[in-house]
Amino acid sequence: MALKASALKVGDTHSEIVVENLSRTQIVQYAGASGDYNPIHTDELYTVQAAGYPSVFAHGMLTMGLTGKMLTNYVGDGRLAKFGVRFTNQVWPGDTLESKATVAAIRQENGQHFVDLTLSTVNQDGKEVVSGSATARIDP
Amino acid sequence: MSKITFPVEASHIMMFARAVGDTNPVYHDAEAAKATEPGGIIAPPTFPQAVAQFDPDYHLRPKAGQKWFGSAKGPSGVEGKPPSSGGLHAEQHFEYHRQLRPGDVLTVETKPGKTWEKESKRAGKLIFKERISEYRDQNGELVITARGVGVTTERPVDQG
Repeated sequence: MALKASALKVGDTHSEIVVENLSRTQIVQYAGASGDYNPIHTDELYTVQAAGYPSVFAHGMLTMGLTGKMLTNYVGDGRLAKFGVRFTNQVWPGDTLESKATVAAIRQENGQHFVDLTLSTVNQDGKEVVSGSATARIDP
Repeated sequence: MSKITFPVEASHIMMFARAVGDTNPVYHDAEAAKATEPGGIIAPPTFPQAVAQFDPDYHLRPKAGQKWFGSAKGPSGVEGKPPSSGGLHAEQHFEYHRQLRPGDVLTVETKPGKTWEKESKRAGKLIFKERISEYRDQNGELVITARGVGVTTERPVDQG
């Protein structure tokens, strides 16, 4: 179910709630799967008392992964050519995140159609936690 | 410059997809994945970062017989650790030449990129360091290029 260039226009959007009330356990799950065991993500005692943060917080890459879920749901399986983000604010346990893709351009390169997207993931207060861009192969 | 061998396995992909809450069968159900456009299980887009599992020296994994800076009896297992440890992730970019599949055996080579500094109100002096990683498959083909930017902060990021 790939996107079609003929059915897209600049400014089209797709958004999803990618996590609700983020749990510390999901952050632990991400640490285990990714191999990033930095205690600032999973160890409240260390993070508060030694690192000086109010609580543990999500791996940036978990937020990117959550954003990527919205992205692949939108563009289809195996269609991504590029995906990049900037981590603009931290994500905390209890956060609910909404990710949005906006069509920035629809173009053709060597006969292949592509869509360029701008990406934004915001928390429950509307604060942006990830901004980024992606490019996906689409059908004519 | 380091070279890491990264075997891509179906169970690892399944666990990774679970961790990002992605229930798409293309990441865990070989039978259902046959009917999708890729025709089989593929890895989710941020999976390449799990190469950390295969880096023998990865500094953010506790290692047997070595002191770990996370809490144990006290808030940190290492005395005199600076309060802002290790740094934060500022940016991450992937370019996909093809999708990763179970059975791929990747060789990942990482090289340092640019370094720059910035003053920030929320965290003091910031030092940014770029790392470029090339993921090549068992045939020597470039499958993924990744560019990560890490930032070391002078103090913990102010939440105000």
